Amino acid sequence: MSHGHDDDDSAPGDDHSQVLAGVRGYAVGLVLAAGLTATSFWVASTHVLWGPGVPIGLCVLAIAQMGIHLAFFLHITTGPDNTNNVLALAFGVLIVFLVVAGSLWIMAHLNQMMPMAGMPQMTDLQMQH
Amino acid sequence: MSDVARDQGGGRADRHPHHDPHRLGRVSTGSGTHGPASKRIVVGYGFWIFLLSDIIMFSAIFATYAVLQSATNGGPTGAQLFDLKNVAVETTCLLLSSFVCGLAMIAASTRSMMWTQIGLLLTGLLGFVFLVLELHELADMVARNAGPQRSAFLSAFFTLVGCHGLHVSVGLLWLGTMMAQIWAKGFTPNIQRRLLCFSLFWHALDIIWVALFTIVYLLGAGQ
Amino acid sequence: MLGKLSWAAIPFDEPIPLATSVILIVVIGSLLSWITVKGHWPYLWKEWITSVDHKRIGVMYCMLAMVMLLRGFSDALLMRSQLALATGGAQGYLPPEHYDQIFSAHGTIMIFFTAMPFVIGLMNFAVPLQLGIRDVAFPTLNSVSLWLTASGVLLTNMSLVIGEFARTGWLAYPPLSELKYSPGVGVDYYLWSLQIAGVGTLLSGINLVTTILKMRAPGMALTRMPVFCWTALASNLLIVAAFPILTATFAMLSLDRYLGFHFFTDEAGGNSMMYMNLIWAWGHPEVYILILPAFGVFSEVISTFSGKPLFGYRSMIIATMTICILAFIVWLHHFFTMGAGADVNGFFGVMTMIIAVPTGVKVFNWMFTMYGGRVRFEVPILWSLGFIVTFVIGGMTGVLLAVPPANFQLHNSVFLVAHFHNVIIGGVLFGAFAGYTYWFPKAFGFTLHEGLGKAAFWCWTIGFYFAFMPLYALGLMGMTRRMQHTNDPAWTPLLYLAGVGALIITAGIGCQIAQLIVSIRDRDNRRDLTGDPWDGRSLEWATASPPPVFNFAVLPNVEGEEAYWGIKRTAIEQQRLVAEPTYEAIEMPHNSATGFITAFFAVVMGFAMIWHIWWMVIAGFVGAFATFVWFAWRDEDEYEISADEVARIDRERRRVRAEVLLPSLKRPS
Repeated sequence: MSHGHDDDDSAPGDDHSQVLAGVRGYAVGLVLAAGLTATSFWVASTHVLWGPGVPIGLCVLAIAQMGIHLAFFLHITTGPDNTNNVLALAFGVLIVFLVVAGSLWIMAHLNQMMPMAGMPQMTDLQMQH
Repeated sequence: MSDVARDQGGGRADRHPHHDPHRLGRVSTGSGTHGPASKRIVVGYGFWIFLLSDIIMFSAIFATYAVLQSATNGGPTGAQLFDLKNVAVETTCLLLSSFVCGLAMIAASTRSMMWTQIGLLLTGLLGFVFLVLELHELADMVARNAGPQRSAFLSAFFTLVGCHGLHVSVGLLWLGTMMAQIWAKGFTPNIQRRLLCFSLFWHALDIIWVALFTIVYLLGAGQ
Repeated sequence: MLGKLSWAAIPFDEPIPLATSVILIVVIGSLLSWITVKGHWPYLWKEWITSVDHKRIGVMYCMLAMVMLLRGFSDALLMRSQLALATGGAQGYLPPEHYDQIFSAHGTIMIFFTAMPFVIGLMNFAVPLQLGIRDVAFPTLNSVSLWLTASGVLLTNMSLVIGEFARTGWLAYPPLSELKYSPGVGVDYYLWSLQIAGVGTLLSGINLVTTILKMRAPGMALTRMPVFCWTALASNLLIVAAFPILTATFAMLSLDRYLGFHFFTDEAGGNSMMYMNLIWAWGHPEVYILILPAFGVFSEVISTFSGKPLFGYRSMIIATMTICILAFIVWLHHFFTMGAGADVNGFFGVMTMIIAVPTGVKVFNWMFTMYGGRVRFEVPILWSLGFIVTFVIGGMTGVLLAVPPANFQLHNSVFLVAHFHNVIIGGVLFGAFAGYTYWFPKAFGFTLHEGLGKAAFWCWTIGFYFAFMPLYALGLMGMTRRMQHTNDPAWTPLLYLAGVGALIITAGIGCQIAQLIVSIRDRDNRRDLTGDPWDGRSLEWATASPPPVFNFAVLPNVEGEEAYWGIKRTAIEQQRLVAEPTYEAIEMPHNSATGFITAFFAVVMGFAMIWHIWWMVIAGFVGAFATFVWFAWRDEDEYEISADEVARIDRERRRVRAEVLLPSLKRPS
């Protein structure tokens, strides 16, 4: 599809391929995403993976699927026309990581240092980490 | 598209520094040497930034959920409440919806009114089915005395899932408005830009759902 | 029908709020009737309220900030006088429940409705001009942002007349802010006004990030941007990344209060410490959102008034972007004492000390910029010099607070209060005042009175030291913050001294008001006809003062750093301006009432939520959605300014410019 864009810049989500190639792209994305989803559900409901490995496996599958979505549905590429889009995405991912990881670390530590009476869930949380 | 005609100015700007091809100063590339980027890129990029901020908002709720996950207050846990079959159907609906939305974008780029409308309608219907399933699940939990007031864990669960559901609902409202607009006005550059934003929004919701079904449902059901 | 709202909400029994309300209503009422009688409404509506011009919006943001500065400062005067009176067992004149509202409102207003609108206003005004473009990326959205911020302001101030404000401190920590302990509407006012204003801020951040990254004049590579644009970029990236966290946190507290959820309650597994964690994950980036644009202003001002390029341009950029990332890895230092272990506290303490390094780099860069320059001591650089000295003191007490063991002694003492006022007044506010004086002639076409400006500077600076240095000492003596009265005779003299400081600052504010009035009265003698009153170096000085609505008749072609300096030098050396360009018609966005209408519905919805008037909430939502559809349905959003008109305006600018820059041509006249 042809949009108003210059050679060295693209809007996020813009795909510059022809109709058939475009449909093929979405179809490939769908198949890959469906495969990863199915694997996730299967891993979660059976015992193929060693128990403690399940969360890690699921997270890996989820991150892979997000990558598939970004590449095939949102058309984020590594091309020079996408530099700004990828940089913004990287900044967002960094902040998400800092907020989630930081909060978990801080809160786990708090619970460990100050297990409160009458709040049994605190010790549960501590065991989880 | 009229964008194309307006976008030829980028290269020229260098050669004729005092010639002004940029009508509102919004045309040509964004990498810095050719002057302001085209409106499509500006709008798409702005919406992209908005989506990232939205994802950061979700990350704050995800972090809260992760912290409160085991604070069940003696009430039901995720493993007792979650029905993975239902979640699988929901996931399928949303994934297909995202896929069809992509096809509708291709149809819109070829300016096919019928296929665009069919594509968007299917996108919306699949989203609607997802929403109904989700509401049903939440209502069922409330009926089983596992509502958000029961425990911190359930508060976080309802908020996280509900916030995603709220986004889907807003998306459906937006989608309906878009369909009416396309019908009334055809594929103007304005509307093409909004369609681009809508598809970004819809795909982003699917990405958030991937995180959601993994962290909340699959990990929660396994505990 | 009206939810929790009844006549009991009007504070008939409390003389101070009641009198304030009456005065407010009389002042606003007479202002509105004056406008009506004089017939100014059409002008206000067309030229300001519905304007989508970034310059007008920037000016309105700054005006909002200044009015709110008066409101916040009157709260400060109340607190300082109360604490000067309520010593040695005396109770002063403010009862605790009123005093609690005052310090909560003071903090909330000063951060959200003074500092934020001021820096956003300056960025809105100056960034597009410095980038050499005609408007921000999304002009109508810009107006929406402004009016949403104004909605938050309106709701906060409504609480003075109808109901009450939060008594929880400016961050509304639970469990105190939960329904169980704060059953009134105060916290709801707090939540909804900040939620609405926060959405406005977020949209403004998205707008400016997109503007800076995607809409620069030809040749304006990122590394040719003025440092103010860089700091604006970093600040707005932080807005985009931090404000969603605030939105989520407030939403969760609202769910607790409205629907009985248990996020931060002290029962059913809720964890109030998660609130501190999240609110500071927003709160610490917030202080850099405020200070970075101020750093940008100082960089522009110091370079301009030293007549030298900024020293260490690259290191400035690196320092700015380093702060932008590090700002997200230090938030725990706001709650060292909450109980995390040594390794967590140690990590965040060290990160906090590290983030002081890039700021130190900047301080040296500013000093080296002045070194060897011919410094003109006009008002903007006075604020900058006052900033450097004051901010370094604030920064050092900050590093002191970053040491966890010291923090255990000092947290929640007035030492902390002194520290953050030291950086926010000495940094953000001085930066805002420097920017206000610096860009005022650009915005209005005449300069501000210099003598009164200098008097304001000295009153503020001296008043600041009198008001806050005693608090450092008081903090070390053990005085905690948020106390309504004190009992220790050793503290009394210092509290008097702090009160004197507040009075000196009052004199400074008086000078600023007088400065504005005198300057407007004498504007005909103070005209800046050149468009370049300070011998500036960046593109905003290339256009007329005030700039035409389209800023630049043709987008400037940038060929190096300090874009305008290069153009100016070339013109002076060659004794001629660049050849007259071919003028073309310009399309500019139409005015739009969308922002104002959106804000109207936001206020209706917010007010209805605060008072639990559910039908009104629904009505507000339907109205907002209808506005959205109506806005989306419009066809034509731009109008054309003809090439002749553009040529006429720009030829006049060129004529004046030639007279100033090319004295050889001036003789005939």
